[in-house]
Amino acid sequence: MQTATDQRPAEATETRRFHVFRYKRGDKASRFDTFDVPLPSRMTLLDALKWIQLHRDPSLMLRHSCYHASCGTCGVRVNGREVLMCVTDVHDLGLDITVEPIANVPVLADLVVDMEEFYARFPDEYPYVRSSEFNPEASAPDGIPAYIRYEDCIECGLCLSACPIAATTDRYVGPAALAAAQRMLEEPRGADTAELLDWADEPDGVWRCHAAFECSEACPSNVNPAARIMALRGVLVGGAFVTPDRMEEAR
Amino acid sequence: MTVSTTAPAHILIVGGGGTGGALAHDLTLRGLKVTLVERGEVTSGTTGRHHGLLHSGARYAVGDQESAVECIEENMILRHICPGSFEENDGLFVAIDDEDMEYLEPFLKGCAESGIPTQQLSPSEALALEPNLNPDLKAAVRIPDGTMDAMRMPLRFFATAKHNGASIHPYIEVQDLIVHDRVVSGVVVRDHVTGKEGEIRADIVVNATGPWSERIAGMAGVDVPIRPSPGVLLALRGRMCNMVLNRLHKSGDGDIIVPQRGLSVVGTSSWTVEDPDDLGVPEDHVERMYQEGAKLIPAVKRAEFRAAWSAARPLIGSRGEADTGRELSRTFKTFDHKESDGIEGFVTITGGKGTTLRGMAELCANVICGKLGIEAECRTRETVLLPHTAYYAAA
Repeated sequence: MQTATDQRPAEATETRRFHVFRYKRGDKASRFDTFDVPLPSRMTLLDALKWIQLHRDPSLMLRHSCYHASCGTCGVRVNGREVLMCVTDVHDLGLDITVEPIANVPVLADLVVDMEEFYARFPDEYPYVRSSEFNPEASAPDGIPAYIRYEDCIECGLCLSACPIAATTDRYVGPAALAAAQRMLEEPRGADTAELLDWADEPDGVWRCHAAFECSEACPSNVNPAARIMALRGVLVGGAFVTPDRMEEAR
Repeated sequence: MTVSTTAPAHILIVGGGGTGGALAHDLTLRGLKVTLVERGEVTSGTTGRHHGLLHSGARYAVGDQESAVECIEENMILRHICPGSFEENDGLFVAIDDEDMEYLEPFLKGCAESGIPTQQLSPSEALALEPNLNPDLKAAVRIPDGTMDAMRMPLRFFATAKHNGASIHPYIEVQDLIVHDRVVSGVVVRDHVTGKEGEIRADIVVNATGPWSERIAGMAGVDVPIRPSPGVLLALRGRMCNMVLNRLHKSGDGDIIVPQRGLSVVGTSSWTVEDPDDLGVPEDHVERMYQEGAKLIPAVKRAEFRAAWSAARPLIGSRGEADTGRELSRTFKTFDHKESDGIEGFVTITGGKGTTLRGMAELCANVICGKLGIEAECRTRETVLLPHTAYYAAA
């Protein structure tokens, strides 16, 4: 039989003070509630918020699912920076920790945002699996045309939250959607690339970005949306000079 | 029981995990009115935290063939109804030492008996497919495992149910069951979005809360033999394999590595707890994931840490029956509490695995339709599901 050596908060002596954004539908204004949380040797921000929910306030609303930066549901702003709660070590956050929902997406209640508008920004039928770039020298087994893997983007919304342009207009489609479009161009898998380029080639599309690169800074999954937006611009600019019908359009 | 002949019966599902989502989808296709409530985000309990392994069933081919058969059947159905949702790279069972080699023959026999296709590979053939494998391997068997996204695959069931008319309500927590004269007629809830309490009436209430089943069943004064049995999982940076890698031996700790995006996920361990809300992440289990995982892929030892977490399996078994949960079957079961406890209008569905969510729902929906005297075919085997993104789009 195995034994489980617990690292429970009850054994900890150190604490951290959390200031947590609170809002319920019908409230006149949002507020911050303060909670002191005992700090064990291993504690993620998600563990801490779950501790508050379990031991202090069961009405606190959180989004979470996978606990390993794969589902993208637990994005928040902590001390003003976008993070996934599940891979953020509380030991790295200082003594006073402020937790707010991500920005530029409507808040449903407390730390939970309504992701409908986030997904509505994406191009239709954007990809979900891609060719695996790992070990290209490895041969795929019979019956499998090629090794595949999931796209890097986990749809967490951190890039949109961090984007200074998205903060000024909700018409800008934003970094996640543009990065998805660029990935479709990179590996089309039957997608209509001309239509995609038209979709991106709008004032509120690829041209609204001011190259602050905050999206790439915030991305927890190596998507690098800023570089992908620049790559899209490259394709569009190149296309304008080399394609006769685009020259015609430009006139 | 008597049900109105003019309006469809109303089924209230408690629990927004994979099982609840698949059941909402199944019952909606059968023409019933469905409401699902979940205290957090959907898939926030056990479902979203599982290993992300689309099981071939080979893991259970020796010793738990009932689960093995369920897995391979559902594996094939899910590939059909969730196109594009899996990393369909297959899996390997890898023998490292002589003891593993003794397991090879019963393993191949068990797979054959369970209907799981196998292909034996020599060490050099296996290394050609997966160059990071332990070079001392003695044999490998290829089976149809795959990688799933523990959240997004189940989300497709919720999405399809929602767009077919089911009401899906995350952030509504059940506080109590409404029970009169041994009949469950609804639930008392707290809506965490508004902070307000209310009641939802239903013809049948389904307890689909996985490791929390005991707590909900207790509200009706009935016992369900569920043991919350957590396991630790370790996510490492770097995609160290393309196929799912399993150790070829009796289920043990840290003997499966599932590649997912740019991560490699090593799992898992097994123990039992009383409270599924308070699992903890035992440090010695995390260490064991590194040690055991490194036997399959030596590079695990020096890989960069990304996350470690625990997920509670809802295993069927009474207290005292098992110490670690390894002894318990991975199969699933529906309890009609009219039959077992004399409580009408209340059903519990539990046990099972992420891979068998659709099959669990079919079994439970059959029981519900039987209770209501409704004849309606299950259509979930052929109905291709909407993409996960449709869950967040208005119905």
